[in-house]
Amino acid sequence: MSRAVERNVVRKDGAAKAAGTARYVGDLALPGMLHARTVRSSIPCGDITRLRLGFDTSGFTVVDAGDIPGRNVVPLITDDQPCLAVGRVNHAAEPVLLLAHEDRERLLAATVDIEYRPREPVFDAERSDRVFKRVAIAKGDPDEGFRHADVVIEGEYRTGHQEHLYIEPNGMLAVPENGGVTVTGSLQCPYYVHRALTVLLGLPADKVRVVQAETGGGFGGKEEYPSMIAGHACLLALKSGRPVKLVYDRAEDMLATTKRHPSVVRHRTGVTRGGRLTAMAIDVLMDGGAYCTLSPVVLSRGCLHATGPYRCDHVRIDGRVVMTNTPPNGAFRGFGAPQTQFAVEVQMERIAEALGMDPARLREINALRPGDTTATGQVLGDDAAAREVLRSAVARSGYRRKRREYRGTNRGIGLSLFFHGAGFTGSGEVKLQSRASLELTPAGVRVLVASTEIGQGQRTAHAQIVADALGIPYERVEVAAADTARVPDSGPTVASRTTMVVGGLLKECAAEMRKALGGMTPAAYLRAHGPLVVTKQYEPPPGLAWDDDTYRGSAYGSYGWACDVIEVERDPVTEEIRPVKVTSAHEVGKAIFPLGARGQIEGGTAQGLGYALTEEVVMRGGAMANAQLTNYIVPTTLDTPPMDVVLLEKPYAHGPYGAKGLGEMPFDGVAPAVVNAIRSLGIDLREVPATPERVMAAARIRDSRLRPGDHERASARQAGFGIRDSSITLRQRRRTAARKPWTGRR
Amino acid sequence: MRTAISPLALLQPRSLRDALRMLRDEGPLTPLAGCTDLYVGLNAGALADRRFLNIWGLDALRGIELRGDVLRIGALATYSEIVRSADVRRLLPMLAAASREIGAVQIQNRGTIGGNIANGSPAGDTLPVLAAADALVELRGLDWTRTVPFTGFYTGYRASIRRPDELITAVNVPRVEGAQWFRKVGARSAQSISKVVMAGVRAGRPRVALGSVAPTVVRARRTEDALASGAPIAEAQRILQEEISPIDDIRSTVAYRREVASRLLAQFWAATR
Amino acid sequence: MTAAYRPIVFTLNGRRVSLRVHPLKRLLDVLREDCGLTGTKEGCGEGECGACTVLVDGRAVNACLVPAAQAAGAKVVTIEGLKGRHPLQRAFAEHGGAQCGICTPGMILAAAALGPRPTMDEVRTGLAGNVCRCTGYEGVYRAIQKQEAGSRKTEGRRQKPEATGRKPGARRRAPNSRIPNPEPRIPMLRRRRT
Repeated sequence: MSRAVERNVVRKDGAAKAAGTARYVGDLALPGMLHARTVRSSIPCGDITRLRLGFDTSGFTVVDAGDIPGRNVVPLITDDQPCLAVGRVNHAAEPVLLLAHEDRERLLAATVDIEYRPREPVFDAERSDRVFKRVAIAKGDPDEGFRHADVVIEGEYRTGHQEHLYIEPNGMLAVPENGGVTVTGSLQCPYYVHRALTVLLGLPADKVRVVQAETGGGFGGKEEYPSMIAGHACLLALKSGRPVKLVYDRAEDMLATTKRHPSVVRHRTGVTRGGRLTAMAIDVLMDGGAYCTLSPVVLSRGCLHATGPYRCDHVRIDGRVVMTNTPPNGAFRGFGAPQTQFAVEVQMERIAEALGMDPARLREINALRPGDTTATGQVLGDDAAAREVLRSAVARSGYRRKRREYRGTNRGIGLSLFFHGAGFTGSGEVKLQSRASLELTPAGVRVLVASTEIGQGQRTAHAQIVADALGIPYERVEVAAADTARVPDSGPTVASRTTMVVGGLLKECAAEMRKALGGMTPAAYLRAHGPLVVTKQYEPPPGLAWDDDTYRGSAYGSYGWACDVIEVERDPVTEEIRPVKVTSAHEVGKAIFPLGARGQIEGGTAQGLGYALTEEVVMRGGAMANAQLTNYIVPTTLDTPPMDVVLLEKPYAHGPYGAKGLGEMPFDGVAPAVVNAIRSLGIDLREVPATPERVMAAARIRDSRLRPGDHERASARQAGFGIRDSSITLRQRRRTAARKPWTGRR
Repeated sequence: MRTAISPLALLQPRSLRDALRMLRDEGPLTPLAGCTDLYVGLNAGALADRRFLNIWGLDALRGIELRGDVLRIGALATYSEIVRSADVRRLLPMLAAASREIGAVQIQNRGTIGGNIANGSPAGDTLPVLAAADALVELRGLDWTRTVPFTGFYTGYRASIRRPDELITAVNVPRVEGAQWFRKVGARSAQSISKVVMAGVRAGRPRVALGSVAPTVVRARRTEDALASGAPIAEAQRILQEEISPIDDIRSTVAYRREVASRLLAQFWAATR
Repeated sequence: MTAAYRPIVFTLNGRRVSLRVHPLKRLLDVLREDCGLTGTKEGCGEGECGACTVLVDGRAVNACLVPAAQAAGAKVVTIEGLKGRHPLQRAFAEHGGAQCGICTPGMILAAAALGPRPTMDEVRTGLAGNVCRCTGYEGVYRAIQKQEAGSRKTEGRRQKPEATGRKPGARRRAPNSRIPNPEPRIPMLRRRRT
């Protein structure tokens, strides 16, 4: 019998999806079902002074905050977000009122008039004084590091919002039953929704049931938001006593649900003439939107990846995420790491420009190696693979040759080196206490986990792991629906943890079950002994220590490593930048489902190309002004280039069959590689999206390379330093009175 | 935000005559052809109309044929039919080029040239082509037929000389002499509304028309004069800037549109030398 | 009240249907609600994403933009009309053409309508109206190419289709009714030898 792991098995849900028989929440209907609609704030900040129902309410169910049986909150990290606004609204499109009716036409025709007393909104994150969270990471002594630098480079880098644009919008179907409620819907984390509903509805855990329907994409956009929409559907269902279906159309989904956090990241980097990093001072600012949601964790991960995959003895990272009166931002593939790695990779490119050095060589010199220490003091294991992916992508793409050939043409080529810590940060996995179960069936076994298939291949990878660990064919492994009435809490389907952490638990379950079977077939065992269910709970790998207060220790059990080389072509008439080719080397520990791994890399890359070039959320008055697909530009087949993906494997000792996390990493490095390719054309761009309008307005890169004699010229001046570009400083290598350290804090 | 449809009415004529009679006697009615903008407009709250006339089945408005020196394109010709037409590709390739870049294949299979004209969006991609080609629009009422120059069809933003009791029935394009040129600049390679769109004809007297740079399609006649008189391209570009009035909107900026319009002119001129 | 509407008659997956629905009801809603065929999906309602692609008289259109009245007299084919047996369906399932699957029905129909032996350029152009957020399109191209090659290089045993519950109120076909083969105009794709 052939192994399943590492084989391109037929994915578990492929046939149903291709046949059109897979059931998404929009496909479900129940007798007596009501349709639902959300009435939302039209102003970004202010008080509701009057609310009037301008329609005949017969047959309608109307719900406001006063109908909430439990607490009016969507619990997450800080319970600051109401499920329905009362009095005060803090962002445009904030939910205020819920309506349901069995006739969708009457529902659409109902008008609700809301009057407000507006307050002054805060839209500029740089001016907001409400901080959700601060993070500080310190290693060594940056002052000392800057003293040893020959060159100091400063830069500021910006990223904007991004909309997930899962092709299936958010939706829930809530049914009042069994003295409680069952809700089925499009979601990534059934137990997040479960917990939120017990709090909102004031119901005990066994009276709330959450079931994942087939879900048409998530990317993090269905990590926390489903708790809100499920709450709405359930409130209507409980008040009306009828099933309620609440499915957003695209415009509402774009307007009201979470987005990627915009960021401003400032770097000050000291480097020797030979290209060694001596000091990194990094300031990270993220815009959290109106409520806290997951912003502290996004900031945390962003800061933990802010140095990029590089070694540096002296590091200072200061981060803060702040409130603005815009719809709350939330989880999105990469979760903070794309923003900070965008900044560091463009900063590295500018350092290479200043030194007149090959950008790949600069990465090679500074790339983290096994045994090196990260900014938090984590010592990297043998599975650290930064140089391997760099060399692989550089060689395979012909990077150096093409850089030479493309000089002076409208073709550019750029690279990025990046990494991604898999699983929850620090002690997060321990706190989750994830559990997984296997249940013996007459044909084989059934996987019982709260992990959700959202397209990434979860069902398939879990089945492959279990099949091999149990020694049975892949086809005999069934994966149950993620239904809180049936499966244990395996933690959320986020943070690239589903294969590595939950798959690892399943492998342990299977090993124990295999021992119990003792060579009997499942059917024989069941006849002889009756049912068999094996459950395992997460135990951290040995030696992982993390301190949440000092931000020191091992932030993640393992890291994946990757390198993108992207070629672009500039249109001199329109300044459009077209991606022409992507070469991407990813080290993932072990690709359980190679086709799936490739698919995640290709898909993440396309999403990254959108982030880099065309996906702009236009905010006006704190609301998304381009909330239509015709105006929010995602890549089509004509916008994506051929992609050459290389998978490398340096097995992680504590991942199932060596697997590390992989779902998010492909996104992290695309934007900087694109911008670095644009920079190779001589265009000084430091933000995304690199729309043609921005490319047209960008300055040319001034020749900032050091020339012989620069050092001497600098040392001749007393007052300042020899400066060619205002953001590049030559520093004489001798003891001087220490310049006040730049922290970037206001 | 979805629109309720039960308050909407759709009349279904059996023939062209029937349709024209309905327009005259049972109006106001908004004709519906391929409907690629109908629901978008309704859902955005941009379309206040409530009574519609289904002309999709009127085969009299279909067909592309050459009548002597004039290419006659039925109002209900879809973009796909235009792209596939050997006559169009031979005689009016810039129209095939424009049609190929509208939306994607699903839109092209339903959207019609008559709809593009009647909708009158400043960003309509066939409109600069028709302007540069000096096309003629055939309008019919119950008792009359009239032909108007396309360049005189619009009176303002989404406003035209079409009477409420008329239908656009065809576009007639007399033979176009000289090299034809078309370029659409959008936010991506398919499914995008144009930021700037230009059609040009290089003949003894060049013809240049642009979309998305004014409330309606612009025929840049003074620019044409400059080019015809042998002025340097920089001078023609300067005059072009006076003939267009782009705006900042969700899709792009004044600065970008102006600069790209200038560059398109230069590209057209160099490419058709 | 539906009885007040004139019947709209068209051919759906080879079978004649007659429906009394509002003439401006979107074909997408008619298919999903009145015909019980939920395989055609709504992704945007604007005709931008292509998740609602169906074939009307052999040509790919966005069902979210077609008023029911304009389907009269037409031959409409939805993903259900392929009955899970079109070679593209198997290829998508086995070669990474589908991840989350929500764009897949529309993508498969648009691919089926490409005509014989499409080049990569024709594939890209022909699918430009079908947005996929999961695959980066590479898996879609692989599936189309593998299907063209008639590849059966799948490993492992042939998988049983997932059991799915029937939606309550879904139209049941009479036991003896025979659905004819998919539209003969849906061609088999063949890879052009380069």
